[in-house]
Amino acid sequence: MSKLNSIKQLEELSKKLLKDKAPKKSVISVSSGTCGQARGSIKLAEAFQEAAKGNLDKIAIKITGCHGFCAAEPDVIIYPEEIFYKNLKVEDAPKIVEAVLKNKILMDLTLSKDGKNFVHVNEIPFYNHQNRILLKDNPLIDPTKIEDYIAIGGYKALSKALQMKPEEIIDIIKRSGLRGRGGAGFPTGRKWEVTRGQKNDVKYIICNADEGDPGAYMDRSQLEGNPQSILEGMIIGAYAMRATKGWVYVRTEYPIAVQNVLTGIKQMRDLGLLGENILGSGFNFDIEEVRGAGAFVCGEETALIHSIESMRGIPSQRPPFPAQKGLFGKPTNINNVETWANVPKILINGADWFANIGTKTSKGTKIFSLVGKVKNTGLVEVPMGITLQEMVYDIGEGSPKGKKIKAVQIGGPSGGCIPENLFHLPVDYESLSQAGSIMGSGGMIVLDEETCMVDFAKYFMNFLQNESCGNCSSCREGTQRMYQILTDITEGKGDSESMDLLVELGTVVKDASLCGLGQTAPNPVLSTIRYYKDEYDAHINEKRCPAGVCKALIKYLIDQSKCTGCGLCSKNCPSGAISGELKQPHTINQEKCIRCGVCRDVCKFDSVTYE
Amino acid sequence: MPKIKIDGIEFDAPKGWSILEVAKFLGIDIPTLCYHEGLTPWSGCRLCIVEIVQGKNTKLVASCTYPAEEGLIVRTATKRVVHARKVILELLIAQCPTSRILQDLASKMGLERVRFKPKWEHCIYCGLCVRMCKEQMMARAIGFVNRGTKLKITTPFDRTSDECRRCGSCMYICPACNLRCDGPNPKTVLCGGCRNILQPTCLDVYESYSCWMGLKGECGTCVTEKPKEKKEI
Amino acid sequence: MVEEGKFIDSCLQKHGKFLIPILQEIQQYYNYLPEEMLRTVAEKMHIPFIDVYGVATFYQSFNLAPKGEHTITVCTGTACYIRGGPKIVEAVSRELKIDPGKTTDDMEFTLETVNCLGCCAIGPTVILDGEYYGEMTAQKTLNLLRSLKEEKKKYEQVELYKTT
Repeated sequence: MSKLNSIKQLEELSKKLLKDKAPKKSVISVSSGTCGQARGSIKLAEAFQEAAKGNLDKIAIKITGCHGFCAAEPDVIIYPEEIFYKNLKVEDAPKIVEAVLKNKILMDLTLSKDGKNFVHVNEIPFYNHQNRILLKDNPLIDPTKIEDYIAIGGYKALSKALQMKPEEIIDIIKRSGLRGRGGAGFPTGRKWEVTRGQKNDVKYIICNADEGDPGAYMDRSQLEGNPQSILEGMIIGAYAMRATKGWVYVRTEYPIAVQNVLTGIKQMRDLGLLGENILGSGFNFDIEEVRGAGAFVCGEETALIHSIESMRGIPSQRPPFPAQKGLFGKPTNINNVETWANVPKILINGADWFANIGTKTSKGTKIFSLVGKVKNTGLVEVPMGITLQEMVYDIGEGSPKGKKIKAVQIGGPSGGCIPENLFHLPVDYESLSQAGSIMGSGGMIVLDEETCMVDFAKYFMNFLQNESCGNCSSCREGTQRMYQILTDITEGKGDSESMDLLVELGTVVKDASLCGLGQTAPNPVLSTIRYYKDEYDAHINEKRCPAGVCKALIKYLIDQSKCTGCGLCSKNCPSGAISGELKQPHTINQEKCIRCGVCRDVCKFDSVTYE
Repeated sequence: MPKIKIDGIEFDAPKGWSILEVAKFLGIDIPTLCYHEGLTPWSGCRLCIVEIVQGKNTKLVASCTYPAEEGLIVRTATKRVVHARKVILELLIAQCPTSRILQDLASKMGLERVRFKPKWEHCIYCGLCVRMCKEQMMARAIGFVNRGTKLKITTPFDRTSDECRRCGSCMYICPACNLRCDGPNPKTVLCGGCRNILQPTCLDVYESYSCWMGLKGECGTCVTEKPKEKKEI
Repeated sequence: MVEEGKFIDSCLQKHGKFLIPILQEIQQYYNYLPEEMLRTVAEKMHIPFIDVYGVATFYQSFNLAPKGEHTITVCTGTACYIRGGPKIVEAVSRELKIDPGKTTDDMEFTLETVNCLGCCAIGPTVILDGEYYGEMTAQKTLNLLRSLKEEKKKYEQVELYKTT
């Protein structure tokens, strides 16, 4: 494909690519994001390519980004019928190719529930409760081929934007009600307006793809599966704000995302979609990729800027805000991956279309990573305002092992837990904030009765004390002391003042810290104290861990009625604490037991319990 | 010249001044630790925090770096601020009980207990030594290394530095090097020696300081013996 | 030293005055950041050595000590944590007799933890020499390590056989 010099040439290329997609060809789309690959999707794709040899006029194999239904991976979607086959093995590939050629459906490879099979994507409960504005494109494109993106209508939004005035674009974004998807939820249109209003010849925009929240991987999926959507959004934003250069800051722990974004940028430059005089509009703009180096605090805007400037990622005081004085001292606009990806859709479909989805104050859709103790783990794109009940039970289908679901943790280390009795709450910025959590970047972790809330709060505090940059005494010392108190509680050393001290310290850390990390660090602790005081009381007053997690407060026992004496546990016990004759019930020596839990993992008869 | 209101006083601040500079000019006492006139402000110690109005809410910010902008309303010693300062000082003393400057601050603020197990460290990461070495002595021999729980101030690879000129200015300015009266191995975490309780009694009654110079003002609280009945402000 | 100097010169040409990408290139090439390289970088870029060292120690992906031949990385993100991630870290730590972040004395294995690889749906996730493994347990991870050790032993025996 040669360089495009005008919008008209782009439109002609788009038409040509659509025509080239032979309508009679079936497409087998293989889900191959990082987790798909971890489950063997590359070997599966090779098997498909091998099986389809000789029939390439009728079948095309497309290796795409994540399809979203991670629990069902490795999966394929057969187009145009949108047939979904789940949990595939390499041996299934030739069978599927044959079935496609013969127009048959392999029922045993489809999802099913209570005897009913879900053949097509829109029948699957996991998918049909969602509103997949952004994620529906992933299965259709090979992320390393810009042609695929153009063929599904890519860059139409850019063509439209380049024919509008920048103020008109900002007005559309304002009227759409789009709010920052990185967590804080600041109105994007207003943010763009501030940057646009700065009087400076040099302005920058940044895509924050640091996604440091553990448990969240929505951005990874978008960066790996559809990087062009983000880059298109950035060019539109740059045009509206009159920015001269853009950066995509991707975390180094996402190697495939780093590669695909780099490939995307190169292909855009080759086609003339980046560089000078983009599509003949007179607008000059280029994007560069920068890799993070492993620091959660660099998700904060000012710390991210310092990281790009190759300094220590220490946040700085605001004002001045990045929009006034950011990267290299110039006005800088930073938005999250999902925010940028929404921009082309809003331009094409209109502000009203977007504003009609969601609630009064929270418009559009949000992608969540539904993970943890839930059956259907994966990426879920839902309209704002959907209830947690629907998300956990209708989309997620509840607990995989029939355990009681206790809570949902939203917002990562800056967020809080929402207990099960509040699952009727709608998912939007305001109601989550009132319940003591935040929307965050979209990590949604389901917890069940086997999760100890005190231990969970301790986990977050440990994470934060290590990720804190260490400059503010309130955050650095505060998080360390809170971790110490929580450790004491989980070891049975808590006393009557522990909880009050945690709350008091948490309030001060929230108030006095400089950046968002410190200001939200106490949230997990404060929200677990708010809703699970009984668990804290049990640890402190009764020296007991109700969920059976805190090592110092539990002991492992072998149920003598269930144990078959197979000896697997004693063979694997690292401290030699289990004894027993072959085929006789075994016992655990509590003095030697280090509570590592290996016996519980290896026992095939579920005979290791705790008290 | 941006107009700000600090503790009820309206003031035309020179452009580029921070809240702390305004307070010092007006004689309002805000405790500081990592601030030094000859060095760039750091806002790491968080002792100089003050409460500002932001929209419908208020927020605590470090006065040494927050610029005095047009329309800013500041209160330097509300209950929220004083409580936060006390807890932060508690945390710092628990880190380094041997520092005289911290113990003096504790006496001044009326800190009576330290509820955390003392770490007996020799550094509170105020960064004064780093800034001194960089900005005044131009040596850049020491700096911050690692982050979070592993944060420390040292030379590269903890080795004797070629850049260090042995000037001693880092020791001179260090609050932890300034040992308290009973030396490097004191018996107690909190000194409680030269108790200098200058506590505003109006904080027992009102949500914030009503005056700042101990004058007999409208409330008259600090010159009476008993706190007055709670009034609506 | 000449070769190292040339390598840094090429990094400087590629990345200009940006320190972090240069350190990332050095890390990728040498598998860690050697002290001499950091000194050379500081000299050539006219940056105080403490600033280079401060940046190198701030970020988790930079290693200042040489890594072992094989690196095993266990994810300690939230989803992996509640599905039993820490048990894997403890088990490997016990097996290799090293703490997370350290390398065995024989320089064979390095144990690292990482805060979220983005494979949350298939947690707990472990990476061994660049290969991702999902839904691991302590036992499965130990088996993986042990089978790697066995393979190496066999390979070494074959090599020994070839030379004698």
